[in-house]
Amino acid sequence: MAQDRPTASEFLNAIIDFLREEATPALDKADPRLGFQMRVAVNSLAILEREERLGTAADARELDRLRELLGRDGTLAELNRELARQLRAGERDETDGALMAHLELTIADKIAIANPKWR
Amino acid sequence: MTVHATHESHLVTTGLTQAAGRYFGAPVTIENLTRESGGASRQTWSFDALTADKRHALILRRDPPTATGDRSGSLPRAIEFRVLRAAFEAGVRAPEVLFELTAEDGLGDAYVMRRIGGTAIARKLLRDAPYAEARGKIASQLGDIAARIHAVDTAKLPPLAHRQAADHIAALRRQLDALGTAQPVFELALSWLDRRKPAPVARPVLVHGDYRTGNYLADQTGVTAILDWEGAHLGDPVEDLGWLCVKSWRFGSVDKPAGGFGTREELWGAYQGAGGCKVDPARAHWWEVFGTVRWGIICHTQAWKHLSGALKSMEMAAIGRRAVETEVDLLQLLKSGG
Repeated sequence: MAQDRPTASEFLNAIIDFLREEATPALDKADPRLGFQMRVAVNSLAILEREERLGTAADARELDRLRELLGRDGTLAELNRELARQLRAGERDETDGALMAHLELTIADKIAIANPKWR
Repeated sequence: MTVHATHESHLVTTGLTQAAGRYFGAPVTIENLTRESGGASRQTWSFDALTADKRHALILRRDPPTATGDRSGSLPRAIEFRVLRAAFEAGVRAPEVLFELTAEDGLGDAYVMRRIGGTAIARKLLRDAPYAEARGKIASQLGDIAARIHAVDTAKLPPLAHRQAADHIAALRRQLDALGTAQPVFELALSWLDRRKPAPVARPVLVHGDYRTGNYLADQTGVTAILDWEGAHLGDPVEDLGWLCVKSWRFGSVDKPAGGFGTREELWGAYQGAGGCKVDPARAHWWEVFGTVRWGIICHTQAWKHLSGALKSMEMAAIGRRAVETEVDLLQLLKSGG
């Protein structure tokens, strides 16, 4: 049975807003070291909120591309292990257009969750 | 402050009073003792030592005897002490080390050096008003200082590992294997690096090993001291220049590759002007790609310290999610040739 609202994403955003706007300024006054750690915590929660919203679809896209690229079936972990093996063995390299397209899309999806402002 | 921390301050004061008394040859009072930073295992403390006629502003670097597991690849304090002494005596802008502590002082492996003014906080150096003038100088100062580090007479150094490109690649692959999760982008980059390894240098030099923004002090005049020598080894001088230019060490000033403060050409020009070798751009690019992989894998190993239970820390866990920043950078770097 589905949970009631707020959704996970809505709930996380409510927590993030509270921590950022109310808890962090108070902590900064009391103990700047804890204030810094709270910023790390808030930033981490924001990653989890994006992961909740975008992660499932990103994983599915990555799995589809890996199946196509490697021509076989398997879990995300298995297929990435096989791709990593091929890359270390030199069986594929950066001249492989399909490989590079896959990696570009995969990393674009990952950074959109981990740190969309990174450039 | 917790009871435990108070107890630790007391322990450090007692050990320092004894060791500093020995060094100055007179009774010493310790004042203004504060823990600066670092993890539980590699500690930095700031303090003043008062002798009859003088106040000495000092820093204690120590590895507590009980600390375990957090110094992989780092030099023991006794070796770091000798590297710092050799660098300082060769005229490198580095803290002057004064004395080592002994087992009887009860603080573990530890030494004391003079405290130097300035901040290491990248965000302040890159954005705050007092450093506006310094910002125009730091890239060339770092080139100048790097040349002096690489010119230190290796005969005056303690025994240090000689690490060539191939050793570095092998070490990173071992670290990846230890993580247990497949990392296609890092594998791609390591194979790219493996195929293009620069020829070993004819004469290996003292390499700082962690030469980057965040690891030096600077004030309004620019760089005052190079810190964090625990990664020092012998090798290719361009390794330090490449590491300094890794995008993560620009702290947002992405269009200024030299640590966030200048162009690569400014850095290399100052380096050559101070007696450094002529920098081959392809070799520098190789070490920049290498440094980017290295930082990405460090992110994973830091997170692993938390995940393995060795060191419970939210900050360490969060660093794991920064690895992908270097994957973005690597795909850009591999496209830009080399």
